[in-house]
Amino acid sequence: MDLVCPAGNFPSLKAAVDNGANAVYAGFKDQTNARHFAGLNFDDTALSRGIEYAHRQGVRVFLAINTYPQPSTWHRWQQAVDHAGELGVDCLIIADLGVMDYARNRWPDMDLHLSVQGSATNYEAVEFFRRHFGIKRVVLPRVLSVKQIQQVIAHTQVGIEVFGFGSLCVMVEGRCALSSYVTGESPNTYGACSPAKSVEWIERLDDGMDTRLNGLLVDRFNAEEKVGYPTLCKGRFGVAGNTYHAMEEPTSLNTLAILPDLFKAGVKAIKLEGRQRSPAYVAQVTSVWRAAIDHCQKDIDRYLTQADWVSQLEKVSEGTQTTLGAYSRPWQ
Amino acid sequence: MKLSVGPNFYYWSKEKTLAFYRRLIDLPVDIIYLGETVCAKRKQMHTEDWLALAEELAAAGKEVVLSTLALSGAESDMHTLKRICHNEQFVVEANDFGAVGVLEGRPFVAGPGVNLYNHKSIAWLAQLGLKRWVLPVELGCETLKTLQAHRPDNLETEVFAFGRLPLAYSARCYTARAHQLQKDQCQHRCLEYPEGMVLSTQEEQVFLAINGTQMLSAQTYDVIAELTTLEALGVDILRLSPQPEYMDKVIDTFHLCLSHRLTPADAATRLKDWVPSGVCNGYWYGDAGIKSI
Repeated sequence: MDLVCPAGNFPSLKAAVDNGANAVYAGFKDQTNARHFAGLNFDDTALSRGIEYAHRQGVRVFLAINTYPQPSTWHRWQQAVDHAGELGVDCLIIADLGVMDYARNRWPDMDLHLSVQGSATNYEAVEFFRRHFGIKRVVLPRVLSVKQIQQVIAHTQVGIEVFGFGSLCVMVEGRCALSSYVTGESPNTYGACSPAKSVEWIERLDDGMDTRLNGLLVDRFNAEEKVGYPTLCKGRFGVAGNTYHAMEEPTSLNTLAILPDLFKAGVKAIKLEGRQRSPAYVAQVTSVWRAAIDHCQKDIDRYLTQADWVSQLEKVSEGTQTTLGAYSRPWQ
Repeated sequence: MKLSVGPNFYYWSKEKTLAFYRRLIDLPVDIIYLGETVCAKRKQMHTEDWLALAEELAAAGKEVVLSTLALSGAESDMHTLKRICHNEQFVVEANDFGAVGVLEGRPFVAGPGVNLYNHKSIAWLAQLGLKRWVLPVELGCETLKTLQAHRPDNLETEVFAFGRLPLAYSARCYTARAHQLQKDQCQHRCLEYPEGMVLSTQEEQVFLAINGTQMLSAQTYDVIAELTTLEALGVDILRLSPQPEYMDKVIDTFHLCLSHRLTPADAATRLKDWVPSGVCNGYWYGDAGIKSI
């Protein structure tokens, strides 16, 4: 089982490589990837340096080109594919059909993975991309239960990668327009959900805080509460007279407890979310997950989540809570 | 330009569903999309009921298209998908790439949830049998203009022109969550909300409509005011999304406007009275979807 770790910049890439990643994933400094945040990602020089560093230690570099070009911006995605190919990345993670087709034709020997943004939630979708583009792996959206993942695996030779830890998308990735509905900028085309430039933190006279996204009130915190980033699906809203986290609490995903189940299901790779997080975060989560995967591979039947793994991960989690998300039926 | 009625996102009783569609027989719509696209647990209408209804509407002269589930993951979803896709009578609207995979090689429609954002993707899929595509709801006029300029021969373009926008899908059921229930024990509570449950901010700004595992915009998207542009761009079909009230008035208004008996501006004014939570059109102008411009 591969451990695939986030690299938002060179120090994070180094942290992932040094702490036991089998592969790192990165993106260019523009809207061609789904973590298009200011100050993040790689230019050609940094990526080249990163590839050299990773390859020296036998770690592969995946490049995410996983947003959707429109006709007027098509050339940027095409250039991104070519740059990545020329720089010698090991694999491209792609969502768009047209980009996938271009990459397949232009770089016939390149490994292609279907991005989570490609929204393949069943084996027919996975097999469709395999038949036409020979994809080696698919990253499944965070909407399937372990049993459903097993069913996908039973019907395809394509390697299955799932998210193991990090921020939790509660909607099918690649098919969520909540953020664009409010801000006009879409994760699919612009590469950012709830973009920072649309965020406002407004202190109230009672020492509480309001968080807004492009003017829309996402949450209202009292002075004692921990203030969360105004991601729309994590806000508190009113439904039928009740105000609550109508979509999801500000939790993050943590699947350490079900790692043996994912192993037994035949999952080929665990992906850690967090290209936007610090190198210290990447180092911490990579080392915990390395230990957990090693433990599981050594003696799956005696695998137990270690208390110190949990406490280390809790330190870096978004809120104080973690969840199994859709992998566990009751969450749904 | 033709008018279509898109798949009904809401969950209604079988009687209400049949009555809604039978009423369409005498209304000026050309194409009707049928089927459950949101949640496989909704069983008021079984696949055979949809097929029987399809035959009835086709016999009455309507073009019928069967729509597939937008989010399928379970084995049983795959069975239903294949049953729909392998029917020999009706064209099918694929709402995910699993459906596209089953349908390839035959003429099919790509629904608004199949991400076709550029000319390359559209041209590639046209080789596989794509006969009609629906513009993704978050794309607007400028992108459509370029896509139309590059459109492959014989490919029809449909635009989601009226209705609450399908913004997101999840494994989680938000209607069940609103009732402190898990999806597996949902008691089909969405049947009690023929127009979904409105979700508002803590300032009471109306924002979304919860519809089971689907999030809709609370505001109703309406681009009738841009009819002249839609015609000039060569759009073939305008899609109207079902709502439980005033659907006949909405269809009539679009029809009057298409036959130049009502101006687009007057039509837009009329339609405002027949929507549940106001209108929006920001996406058409490349802006935030929630805006009304």
